Amino acid sequence: MTDTQREVLLSIQDLHVWFELRRFGFSHAGYVKAVDGVTFDLHYGETIAIVGESGCGKSSLMKTILGINKPTKGKVMFKDQSIGEIGGEELRQYRAQVGYVQQDPFGALAPFMNIQRILEEPLVIQGIKDPAERERRVRKAMEEVKLTPPDDFLQKFPHMLSGGQQQRVVIARAIILEPKLIVADEPVSMLDASVRVEILRLLRGLQEKYQMAVIYITHDLSTVRYFSERVFVMYAGNMVEKAPVESIVHNSKHPYTSALMEATADPDANNALVYRELPAGEPPSLVSPPAGCRFHPRCPKMIDGECNVNKPPEFSADAAVVSCWLYK
Amino acid sequence: MASDKLLSIQDLVLHFKTQRGPVQAVDGVFFDLGYKEAVVVLGESGCGKSSLAKALLRLLPRNVSRYDGKVYLEGQEIMGMDEEQYRQNVRWVRMSLVPQAAMNSLNPVMKVGDQVAEPMMAHHGVKKEEALIQAAKMFQHVGVPVDFLDRYAFELSGGMRQRVAIAMSLVTAPALVVLDEPTSALDVLTQANIFNVLKRLKKELEVSFVLITHDIATSSELADRVAVMYAGQIVEVSDAHRFFNEPLHPYSRMLMASVPRLRADVEPDFITGQPPSLLNPPTGCRFADRCPKRFAKCSEEPPVFNIDGIQVKCWLYNG
Amino acid sequence: MKSMKRFFAEIAQYPSAVFGMVLIFALFAFSLYTVIALPYNEAISLWRGDENVWYRTPKVAQPRWINWFLKEDLPETFWFNSANGEGTKTEEFSNGTNKIFISMPFDYNSKDFPQELSIYFTSTFEQKQPFVSVKMLTPDGREINIGSFAVGKTFTYRFSQDPKLQRRLKNISPEQSLFMDLTADPLVPQAVPGRYELQIEGVAFEENSTVDAEFIVYGKVYGWAGTDHRRRDISIALMWGAPIALAFGFLTAIGTSITTMIIAAFGTWYGGWIDEVIQRITEINLILPFLSILIMIGTFYSRSLWTMLVAVIALSIFGGSIKGFRAIFLQIKEAPYVEAARAYGASNMRIIMQYLVPRIIPLLIPQLVILIPSNVFLESSLTLIGLGDPILPTWGKLIQEGVRNGALVQGQYYWVLEPSLILLATGLSFALVGFSLDRIFNPRLRGM
Repeated sequence: MTDTQREVLLSIQDLHVWFELRRFGFSHAGYVKAVDGVTFDLHYGETIAIVGESGCGKSSLMKTILGINKPTKGKVMFKDQSIGEIGGEELRQYRAQVGYVQQDPFGALAPFMNIQRILEEPLVIQGIKDPAERERRVRKAMEEVKLTPPDDFLQKFPHMLSGGQQQRVVIARAIILEPKLIVADEPVSMLDASVRVEILRLLRGLQEKYQMAVIYITHDLSTVRYFSERVFVMYAGNMVEKAPVESIVHNSKHPYTSALMEATADPDANNALVYRELPAGEPPSLVSPPAGCRFHPRCPKMIDGECNVNKPPEFSADAAVVSCWLYK
Repeated sequence: MASDKLLSIQDLVLHFKTQRGPVQAVDGVFFDLGYKEAVVVLGESGCGKSSLAKALLRLLPRNVSRYDGKVYLEGQEIMGMDEEQYRQNVRWVRMSLVPQAAMNSLNPVMKVGDQVAEPMMAHHGVKKEEALIQAAKMFQHVGVPVDFLDRYAFELSGGMRQRVAIAMSLVTAPALVVLDEPTSALDVLTQANIFNVLKRLKKELEVSFVLITHDIATSSELADRVAVMYAGQIVEVSDAHRFFNEPLHPYSRMLMASVPRLRADVEPDFITGQPPSLLNPPTGCRFADRCPKRFAKCSEEPPVFNIDGIQVKCWLYNG
Repeated sequence: MKSMKRFFAEIAQYPSAVFGMVLIFALFAFSLYTVIALPYNEAISLWRGDENVWYRTPKVAQPRWINWFLKEDLPETFWFNSANGEGTKTEEFSNGTNKIFISMPFDYNSKDFPQELSIYFTSTFEQKQPFVSVKMLTPDGREINIGSFAVGKTFTYRFSQDPKLQRRLKNISPEQSLFMDLTADPLVPQAVPGRYELQIEGVAFEENSTVDAEFIVYGKVYGWAGTDHRRRDISIALMWGAPIALAFGFLTAIGTSITTMIIAAFGTWYGGWIDEVIQRITEINLILPFLSILIMIGTFYSRSLWTMLVAVIALSIFGGSIKGFRAIFLQIKEAPYVEAARAYGASNMRIIMQYLVPRIIPLLIPQLVILIPSNVFLESSLTLIGLGDPILPTWGKLIQEGVRNGALVQGQYYWVLEPSLILLATGLSFALVGFSLDRIFNPRLRGM
């Protein structure tokens, strides 16, 4: 099924999320422009990866999709409902349709609740009153994430489980309401290498089985190939490249994407013998980002007079959509 | 006991006393390291590698139940030294440490320049002005602008702070620097930049590194030699080329197989089960439970076999 | 249940805590016993009692166990009531008169003299009062005439208040002269231990008329706690002081801690102006003079214990611990599991009560335990300065009345020492347990 045949589940339209800075809690001191003009569509059952370094705005974007932040400008449309404008009961119903898998498996589980309680919480909140029904769904979720037999785990507390097992509980909790969309924020970066693939494979299996859309947020490019159809690269609040995963890996267009590819190593002894060509500097401040293209101070291919003056719009280049003047 | 080796560790042991019994965090670690070389100690969580860093630098907590072994630094045995000798001659003089999350452990109320200068003043009795000059030199080596000497830690980004921590470990010109997970909290680009710095330091300052990490991909950026740690023990010591191409120990193989590859079209694998607890390690080979190649002999602890310069602790390589 | 066992195992590692817990358990058992054995209403009426309730007890008598430590025992208190069949009473009816003979022999075992001697007569008659004559027989063979007089329906004869007896005994007080050892040095008066007998001969002039007497020898010791200036048995206040102290201590401590914690949770979670307002109220409250306000309330409004309890709680809930809780809540607020809860739709109230508050309870418990004795001492302090509850028998009350009635000056140390020691024991036991709890709970909190 190609993109054009599947319906759009989530549509981000020119989204801006700005946080107000206040000095002494009173006077206005500018905005942190965490998300500054992001547009994309996500289809039913599609997996995308959002790749970017810290400070690029991916966390704020994610929280806005989850309904925790409100958009400053632009819209987040979920099945024709504008998420930024709903509240109360409607918001609660929306939240039942989005599952959230977090980065820190131990931190994501309340340490004073046992596994059964943890998994029941979303059900209780969403108003499922029958205890037998809740029990059934909890057990089903445990089996889906292969924490079997469930009775071995239900009465335990998070600190009694290994990292991998904790993350499985987090995933179980995310899917227990049978959502249509899963947002996974660095779901394996705090796990050991030998366990990462296991969890990613589990997620992928669940995604295929239930045809859930997944937004996989990471800074580790090496896993995106494994898990996503399309990759969106984010830098300083903007999406600089949107492309299918193969295009990103073999034919990256934006200089930042190329830098990320260059910096992501596959294990190879020869790595120790070469220096990597990398852009100097740091990601810019989100309060006063550079004029024009935000990457221009670090870009090896900057066009003076253009890149430092005008912000590039999106251009098509082969299979990718790039925000870079090089592809005018 | 080759004296042309910078560092030679034999049978290093560090056990802790806890409420639930002795934790055998480091239980027979061995490897060698030459001058201007970097060895990477690869291990996952629970293998005892953070305790290894403490053991190497004798930064021991109060509840140690056993600490012995032989460590030869530039030909001289240092485990037998008493506390004061060690402090004056080894720690931060010939061997220093960049601890885990070093960038978060910088003193927030001291200027970074002063912090980097401090080891010089403490260990070499150098005056502040001179120490600051040395600190400035280190800043240049790690790629931090010299005018950052007067800044405070919170004014610097994560990558800059990590470079400052590295500078602090180098300021007394040690022969060996131990790095404990130096880039685990940093972004990809910053991480790659730090490794560029480390590569350059290895060449220009002729300093050797012991890099302790779980990140297999980035470890190949610096490694000349690789030591794999599992459940408190070293199971394989090899040179980088041979290791990254074809490791010998089953654990090493499965570990390499679990790394997702960006450029190759290979489906990565994973290892079922969990590492054994360091509280009560099993007798026999500690990896036997999870090893697909285990056989009867594995219930006995294997010795270390030497296969053409590679040391493997596995019965598969018997004879 | 398993966690309770683990908890007790851990606390058993601290000997001071075990000692404290034993003491606390004893205190609880003691309070429970008191509440059952001596019901509240009874205790209050006893404590409020006047001479009629406590007529049998001596004034400011020491506790009986003091005799273990003294070479020479102090005299004990005892009584005989012929109406109850104690002593022997014979009646002889003849010619319309009733000759009554009451004999009350007793063994007096001390070389010291009794404090007082009294006889409470009750008689029944229609018109004519019976007439009695009282004699005392001493072990050294003396027979002393005490007095002869008519008795009405009730008549109290106090030996020390009879001027005729005084004169007859050559102006030496009856308590002394009746028991005096005449062979001893007159400068060092001593009593003769041995068998004494009080004899009452009476004549009643009607058929159904009779006389009964209750003879009381007021010793210098009484009970296990002694008596006060109003002859009340101090053990009542010592006993009832326990449940009152524990109730006051617990209620204020729990009421304050839980309320403070919830206020801090709300303020921190909602942030914004709610947080600001709560912080400012706290800061103002910290400056207010706590004790002075309590004194004002006590003086102008009511000194009842419940009023004080409410006042203490009201003044304490915006206390300094709000700042401490807030600091911890700010950290917990950022925890990933709280974020996850928001993501799956938990309401603010649910997050506060079910996610934030349970996380902080381990921190709360040691504080609470240490708060209990402070409140117990607060109640005693307030009583000491005269603001105590007017009707309740508490430990502070004992100390206050003792001091006010010169106990320290007159050597009646037991009156003040007994409540002080039990207060100390209470405070110590909770403090020991509280500090150990702190050491148990706090290391875990560092991994937050």
